[in-house]
Amino acid sequence: MIETKQLVKTFKNGDIFTSVLKGIDFKAEEGEWIAIMGRSGAGKSTFLYQISLLDDPTSGEVDIDGHDTHTMSAREKMNFRLSKFGFVFQDYALLPELTALENVALPLLMQGLSKSAAYAKSTEALKRAELGHRVNNLPSQLSGGEQQRVSIVRAVAHEPKILFADEPTANLDNESSKRIMEIFKELHKRGQTIIMVTHEEPYAKMTQRIVHLDDGRIVSETKN
Amino acid sequence: MFRAARKRQPKLHNRMIPLNIRIGFFLALRALRRASLWTTSLIIFVMILTFLNLVVVSGILVGLLQGAIDQTRTKFTSDVIVSALNDKKYIENSPNLIGLIETMPQVEAITPRYREGGILEANYKTRKETDKANTATAQLVGIDPFKENMVTGIASDIVEGAFLAPGDYDQVVLGHYLLKQYIPIESPAFSTLENVGIGTKIRMKVGDVVREVTVKGIVKSKVDEIALRVFMVDSQFRSIIGRNDGNVTEISIKLKDGASPVAVREALVRSGVDRYAKVQTYEDAQPQFLKDIIATFNMLGNVFSSLGLIVATITIFIVIFINALTRRKFIGILKGIGIDGRAIEFSYVFQSVFYAIIGSTVGLAIVYGSLVPFFAAHPIDFPFSDGILVAPANQTFFRVGLLVISTLIAGYIPAWMIIRKNTLDSILGRN
Repeated sequence: MIETKQLVKTFKNGDIFTSVLKGIDFKAEEGEWIAIMGRSGAGKSTFLYQISLLDDPTSGEVDIDGHDTHTMSAREKMNFRLSKFGFVFQDYALLPELTALENVALPLLMQGLSKSAAYAKSTEALKRAELGHRVNNLPSQLSGGEQQRVSIVRAVAHEPKILFADEPTANLDNESSKRIMEIFKELHKRGQTIIMVTHEEPYAKMTQRIVHLDDGRIVSETKN
Repeated sequence: MFRAARKRQPKLHNRMIPLNIRIGFFLALRALRRASLWTTSLIIFVMILTFLNLVVVSGILVGLLQGAIDQTRTKFTSDVIVSALNDKKYIENSPNLIGLIETMPQVEAITPRYREGGILEANYKTRKETDKANTATAQLVGIDPFKENMVTGIASDIVEGAFLAPGDYDQVVLGHYLLKQYIPIESPAFSTLENVGIGTKIRMKVGDVVREVTVKGIVKSKVDEIALRVFMVDSQFRSIIGRNDGNVTEISIKLKDGASPVAVREALVRSGVDRYAKVQTYEDAQPQFLKDIIATFNMLGNVFSSLGLIVATITIFIVIFINALTRRKFIGILKGIGIDGRAIEFSYVFQSVFYAIIGSTVGLAIVYGSLVPFFAAHPIDFPFSDGILVAPANQTFFRVGLLVISTLIAGYIPAWMIIRKNTLDSILGRN
């Protein structure tokens, strides 16, 4: 489903070049739940951004679902992200002026669904995430855990092929974190492909496979 | 809890631009609805001021002259004025001409006037032989008081004493510019009468004829043709100037509501009146300097309006730019989750247009609901006119259009600048 070959990402700051990814070969199959781990600065998030098409690699290939992303235009990548990807960010990344319902409905509206259909689908999804009583609340009126659940609902409401999550529990307390991980578990059980960056071992162990990164390289892979 | 991910082709609308517009409107509506009331009010306030600047500044400038034009039309020329040719002292064949004019269906009333240059003298009884005579040069005008008042309403401008009555003899009404108490200026080229009030006797010299007359009233007007004139009943004035053929110097014609001055002028010209008289609409009769000043004031008004428009555009640009800059992360997120950059641009354009439309609407309400009626009721007192606010609807709506378009551009450019930045850099706040 996702395959990278010799993926390199180098940042330039003035005359200084910093290589964050140094040739990563990686493969994820449909329906897999993979955790990417590593110490701070290992390149976990950078790697996630490359395979989720939020950033362009310096060199190497990213092949998703048979598409060579290197040849895609910015608009094609955007459409790809809209239709095939879901994103969960560490800081929830909800739009502050939109209610929970509107945040979830937005990508559906962008896909061309009518407002009533998008709202109905989003309301249903929020109810399933036990947020039925929060549909009309703004993000500022929700707890961190609730915001992250809304963020997950938004990420999967349009039924993406791959769900990317960048440290989804980093800002949450234990209870909320466990709840988020239960949601991921449930999603995976139903066939959702999930690629998740985390630094928390217990949550990484809930996945099928852990990919360890260090200094821009995959140093080991562990099957759970 | 969640449905399984499966292949599904979403119901896509064929036309992407309407979809982007819809999403843009969706985002803009919510951004506006949940924006800080203070910020929104401040932006709208700026737009209102800009609109007022666009409309009122030029409107007042033009209104100063429009006031003068309106007063000259109301108090002197009326809608059409027929006057003696430049090389003639009077309009030949006036009685026939008056008869012709009175038969025209568009005409409501006319006032024929006799006019001669003359000299007024006051204080001659108390003057010592060595003293300089207190004289003033004036246009002496013979009128039918009833007809004159029907056309110009001159009686309402009497500030002291009373207006003439048809049977008055040796009585005059003086324009206020002839009296020192109204115009306390000392100029070698302009002399006024001193210590003259109601009941004062003055001498009036026309050609070789000198008559002693009594001041019955004083008329105050910002129209020179009124303020520098001396009015007398026409029957007596005719005998003073020896004009017993009924040939007058000028005829002001008041038309019925809706009648076209140009059409009446053309009808008179077709009748051959222009062979022995000048036929002018009130606009034709405006002095060239006034027309030049109007053109200059219009140009100045446009300059001020353009400056106001530039300031408004820059203000909106800054507001939207700061707004977009502070929301850069969220713009990145929107792009990250697949929202088209054009939809985000539309959202900012919609917000800008909202500010412009609300600002203009409130501005329109202020202009037409209070400022125009206020200035009409309380004109600005300028020496040469009563300034009003001129805001023709077509020009005002043109300016609304200009404001909306410039605001639209001012909203679009900063949004475009922020949106074209790298998505991930925006999300992570990197430069």
